[in-house]
Amino acid sequence: MTMIWKGWALATGVLAMSALAQAAPPSPAMLANACAGCHGTNGGSAGPSMPSLASQSKEAIVEAMKKFKSGERPATVMGRLAKGYTDADFAAMAEFFSKQKLHATNQTLDKAKIAKGASLQESNCGRCHIEDGKEGKDDTPVMASQWLPYLQMQMAEYQSGKRKMPEKMAEKVKPLSAADLEALLHFYASVK
Amino acid sequence: MTLDRRSFLKLVGAGAGAAGLPLIGRAAEIMPKTGKRVVVIGGGYGGTIAAKYVRMMDKSIEVVLIERNDHFVSCPFSNLYLGGMLPDLNSLTIKYDKLAANHGVKVVQAEVTGIDPAAKSVTTSKGTIAYDRLVVSPGIDFRLDEMKGYDAAAMEVMPHAWKAGPQTVLLRKQLEAMKPGGNVIISIPLAPFRCPPGPYERASMIAMYLKQHKPGSKVIILDANPDIVSKKGLFLKGWKKHYEGIIDYRAAKKVTEVDAGKMSVMIEGLEEVKGDVINIIPPQKAGLIAHAAGLVGTDKKWCPVNPTTFESTLHKDIHVIGDSSIAGAMPKSGYSANSEAKVCATNIVALMNGKEITEMSAINTCYSYLSAKEAVSVTGVYKVNAEKQVIEGVPGSVAVSPDLSEVEAIYAESWLRNILTEMST
Ligand SMILES: Cc1cc2nc3c(=O)[nH]c(=O)nc-3n(C[C@H](O)[C@H](O)[C@H](O)COP(=O)(O)OP(=O)(O)OC[C@H]3O[C@@H](n4cnc5c(N)ncnc54)[C@H](O)[C@@H]3O)c2cc1C
Repeated sequence: MTMIWKGWALATGVLAMSALAQAAPPSPAMLANACAGCHGTNGGSAGPSMPSLASQSKEAIVEAMKKFKSGERPATVMGRLAKGYTDADFAAMAEFFSKQKLHATNQTLDKAKIAKGASLQESNCGRCHIEDGKEGKDDTPVMASQWLPYLQMQMAEYQSGKRKMPEKMAEKVKPLSAADLEALLHFYASVK
Repeated sequence: MTLDRRSFLKLVGAGAGAAGLPLIGRAAEIMPKTGKRVVVIGGGYGGTIAAKYVRMMDKSIEVVLIERNDHFVSCPFSNLYLGGMLPDLNSLTIKYDKLAANHGVKVVQAEVTGIDPAAKSVTTSKGTIAYDRLVVSPGIDFRLDEMKGYDAAAMEVMPHAWKAGPQTVLLRKQLEAMKPGGNVIISIPLAPFRCPPGPYERASMIAMYLKQHKPGSKVIILDANPDIVSKKGLFLKGWKKHYEGIIDYRAAKKVTEVDAGKMSVMIEGLEEVKGDVINIIPPQKAGLIAHAAGLVGTDKKWCPVNPTTFESTLHKDIHVIGDSSIAGAMPKSGYSANSEAKVCATNIVALMNGKEITEMSAINTCYSYLSAKEAVSVTGVYKVNAEKQVIEGVPGSVAVSPDLSEVEAIYAESWLRNILTEMST
């Protein structure tokens, strides 16, 4: 009976009517689309405090999700949502977002700060935030075109100690002034 | 047919073609179907996303989105407008032009008056439209038979404001016009209803407004439920912190009758409560069109669906998403509707191409404001329990904020910008 029904259902495409319907495990798109309500279609965010995920590095997303899940990275909703997924889910979502086109954020930035940031970035951050922040070494996040308010919120969390800076980053950030850091964030936000 | 198609369209175009024009009969097919077509009813949180994602995933499928209005006003954040945090509803209003231009969704402004599952066509105020698959996302309507006296005229005196737009504006005007020291009543129906934390957020926002502008005034919450339905600890904490003596919460007080002339409500025939402003949130059910089309289950309220495809268990090739559907553990929220729409679109595209369907994976994230600067959230990741064939929350992911949070209020604003941008571009 089951076999006959299944064969018929497959042949006619009436799978949905049956509780016996076979379904493939959630695809990367199925997993990632659910995130887009907050992070924008294909991960291109329209909200200044919500990071764009489009074109983000795969390793960076997986690392972030793992740290959200363990509680190592401070969070509001992300710590809770991350508990709904496995490491394999994280990898699938990350795969999806990393393949999307960089989302050009439409935001007002300070030209002088961008210029200053541009002069600082190579020597201070360039070893990990490579290609003007369009790429990241290992699990270093892509910074290019990110929302400035999001970057500022993250930098504040780093400096308050709530979010732990990687050692190499801490070394580089320490000597920089608040104005330098602000300039760097404007620079990365400006990269298209 | 007493009218030929052209003059009928003219008539409708001139604004005379309101719902249910009696002379339509078997009305003209206004968009003859040539290839594969998905028709979507309702341009709100669920419908816009279903339409867009079908097109994003398969450009060979024609998508027609039918919506009665030429714009949509978001319920999310409409409580902030009531609290005086937004000057008007403009930032909560979207249009459909970019959705149409960017994705080739054909938007038809019309009232859907009937669905014929056998002929696979919908009847609208402008004529009929055929489909291969239909997505129904009409939101909610009210069980007015359970609220004596609450008719169209009473709604203009005691607004529900549970569909955002003129009703929301009316409620705010009433709050502004109220004398200091007045009482605002909010009546909450038995769950399930659209947006479980919504009534309590509304109470918070109105209390904030009263505290600032109407000294001595109170919000009296008459809740039909035995207790606060959602985010209880957080609401109680926020009310104690900000609105002590302003919010008077009364559990298990089911309003069953209203008297718009006397500005009073009756609780199960036993107790009368008077108010200066009265907000009736009526008991709810699936959108009327879902009832007319026979998509509603034995509870006579909501639409049973297959949890993986959201296809109706009552009618083939018709999918129901959003508030109207029974989506297991997923709350009736805008974010749920958005997420369900994507699941539904993915599997509609698979079914129409004879491909294997995909297990669903969905999210809900819903914020509530407690004060001008503080918000809280509830989250959840949802999957189908294969054995029981119902949608369940993944343990650990379904949880609320630990405390009132200023950061969450900042994130909430971006939530709104993103979700409305998803719907409108
Ligand atoms: C005060 C309040 C606050 C809320 N806050 C939040 C929140 O913060 N977060 C959250 O996630 N959710 C929130 N919600 C819930 C959210 O608004 C709903 O869950 C969501 O709108 C459901 O989407 P839907 O597609 O089912 O219906 P809707 O978004 O209501 O869309 C239905 C559309 O269908 C159209 N329609 C209906 N029938 C017909 C017909 N016959 N012909 C043509 N068109 C038709 C309607 O005009 C409407 O545009 C809130 C709700 C309220 C009331």
